Amino acid sequence: MSAVPISYYLVLSAILFGLGVVAFVFKRNIITMFMSIELMLNAVNLAFVAFARAHNSLDGLVFVFFVIVVAAAESAVGLAIVIMLAQNRQSLNVERINLLKL
Amino acid sequence: MLLLNHLWIILALPLAGAAINGLLGKRWPQSTVNSVAIGSVVLSFLAAAETVREFLGLAAAQIPFIGNYFTWMVAGEATPHPFRVDFALQVDQLTVVMLLVVTFVGMLIHIYSTGYMAHEGGYYRFFSYLNLFMFFMLTLVMGANLIVMFVGWEGVGLCSYLLIGFWFLKKSAADAGKKAFIVTRIGDFGFTVGILLVFATFGTVAFGEIFSQVADKPVDVLTTICLLLFAGAIGKSAQLPLYVWLPDAMEGPTPVSALIHAATMVTAGVYMVARMNPLFSRAPAAMLVVAIVGAVTAFYSATIGLVQTDIKKVLAYSTVSQLGYMFLACGVGAYSAGIFHLMTHAFFKGLLFLAAGSVIHAMGGEQDMMKMGGLRKKIPATYWTMFIATLAIAGIPGFAGFFSKDAILEAAYSGPYANLLLWGLGVAGAGLTSFYMFRLIFLTFFGEPRYDEHAVHVHESTKNMTIPLMVLAFLSIFGGWFAAPKLVGGIDYFEKFVAPVFAAYAPASGAVSPVATEVPASPAMDLLHALTGWPVIVGVLGLLVAWWFYIKRPDTPKRLAQSVHGLYTLLLNKYYVDEIYAALIVRPLLWISTNVLWHVVDEGLIDGTVNGTATVARGSGAQARKLQSGNTRSYAAWVILGAVGFTAILFGLLGVAR
Repeated sequence: MSAVPISYYLVLSAILFGLGVVAFVFKRNIITMFMSIELMLNAVNLAFVAFARAHNSLDGLVFVFFVIVVAAAESAVGLAIVIMLAQNRQSLNVERINLLKL
Repeated sequence: MLLLNHLWIILALPLAGAAINGLLGKRWPQSTVNSVAIGSVVLSFLAAAETVREFLGLAAAQIPFIGNYFTWMVAGEATPHPFRVDFALQVDQLTVVMLLVVTFVGMLIHIYSTGYMAHEGGYYRFFSYLNLFMFFMLTLVMGANLIVMFVGWEGVGLCSYLLIGFWFLKKSAADAGKKAFIVTRIGDFGFTVGILLVFATFGTVAFGEIFSQVADKPVDVLTTICLLLFAGAIGKSAQLPLYVWLPDAMEGPTPVSALIHAATMVTAGVYMVARMNPLFSRAPAAMLVVAIVGAVTAFYSATIGLVQTDIKKVLAYSTVSQLGYMFLACGVGAYSAGIFHLMTHAFFKGLLFLAAGSVIHAMGGEQDMMKMGGLRKKIPATYWTMFIATLAIAGIPGFAGFFSKDAILEAAYSGPYANLLLWGLGVAGAGLTSFYMFRLIFLTFFGEPRYDEHAVHVHESTKNMTIPLMVLAFLSIFGGWFAAPKLVGGIDYFEKFVAPVFAAYAPASGAVSPVATEVPASPAMDLLHALTGWPVIVGVLGLLVAWWFYIKRPDTPKRLAQSVHGLYTLLLNKYYVDEIYAALIVRPLLWISTNVLWHVVDEGLIDGTVNGTATVARGSGAQARKLQSGNTRSYAAWVILGAVGFTAILFGLLGVAR
């Protein structure tokens, strides 16, 4: 059986990661930025899985599970923060969340 | 042997008094401060007296008695000559004399001070300093090696500074304190180098060990050591050319002038020279320097004393002059005469200062003799005691100063180092001394009052001030009688007592005058000879001239001052020495300090470096803070930029992905 070459996966992963980066930098809505972080994480996951398959190794898969767990935890904490922000500032615009500076 | 084995008690008592009063005295009433201060000094005196009593029972082989308490400093133990300093105290005949003089006169002056300082602020502070002074002075006279002595030496200097500047809100007092400290420091530099040279030469700093090796050392090294040590003595004992601090030191309270600047501290230099006598006796050149400095100072400062009008300034120049006599004595090898004069001087000069303090007290703070006069009837106790002290210092036969000054001048005339020129200076100085002292008496106590009798309420001092005066007056008469039998051909008991100290390591040639033991042919002729000697003649002459000038013809001084106007102005301005020092040393130093060290080195170099560092840090910080905008997306951009850059380095420059 002819497998899909690994380069296909990697290109897709790179495209997804690039989209995530661009969205993270240019979007102002904090929820959208969150989603772009998830996109970047999953692009990396895809690359891990592809390498694991290509090398016939479990290492990449283990990493993927870790990333998924961390992403889940991060979402839980991050969304809680977002809710608090929304309640306190009636806005989700990151431009206006700039109190942590000198 | 109870106290001989615990010599440290004598020191510890005043130190404890100083600590207690200094730390706790602020909230205490004066009576409590008094009991602590006087109690500690009285106990110290009693301890010293008991020590002396036990000392007199010692066999000659046990003297000097050394109490070694602990090893203070050790360096280079592996080398053949380790530097080792013990905290050791010693008692010998010389120490005994100093011990009794310091503790007894100190005790009297403490008592006197309770009256004199009663209305002054900082009462506890004064007594704390005074006790501290006693501690250091006793350390100085009891130390068994040069380093312990040096601790006392510097300590008394510190206390002198603190007490001269006791009224530190007064600028002149604060300045005088600084001057005293700095000028003596010049001499102390020589003293310190001298101690180091002693160690380099002898490999030890303990007196006994130094003296036992002194015979093998070359004369030029000994001469250098002696001159360096004598430099310290010049500073501490206010001799030419470093005497300028002592007259200014009169800014301090009068009991301080009496205790520190007349009776004890300033005589430390004489004590040190006498203590180091085995070295000096083997360095004739240094001896000559000591004698010349002493004799010239004795005469020189007496001339300044002739025209001063401040009662304390007259006494200050007189002290400088009398210290000169003591050095003259040491310089001509008559150490015991020098120490004898040190003792009698402590009595009569201490008394003169205390009596002057009583006069100032009575006049409500006035120190100018031109604004006194006619006080004889109003303050009789002060008058009589001061008159006795004046007779003593003038060398009138029968009083203490006569015996000691006579011994000095006799040694200068006929001793092993006799020098007729120096003797002449000494005799002339004695005449001047007699004149200016009687001038002081006549101006202060005789004639018509020259002050506003309604404004100044003249009153005799309280008992705690007059009783010390009377005790000292007693000693000013009888304190010299140890030497009295010599006049009729007997033995000078004082000289006999201290002779072992000066004979133990004396050079074989007999540079130290032997104790006269043989009875001369005719005692009566001896007595007549002593009583009609030059010192007595000039002393009486001084009295008569002063009487003529200030009682009989009070207009004479003014006419004389006009006829020798130049000389008079020169003396009145103290030979312009302060001005010369200011022009030669102080002002150039200030100029360099201000224009080079301050404006260039300090402001330019040091401040420039420090401020420059701060400016750079502040500037770079100001730039760097712009990075931290608080804008999440800009942070993200930086992260990405960093990641891209890092990856580029990893792949491109380092060539990881090959």
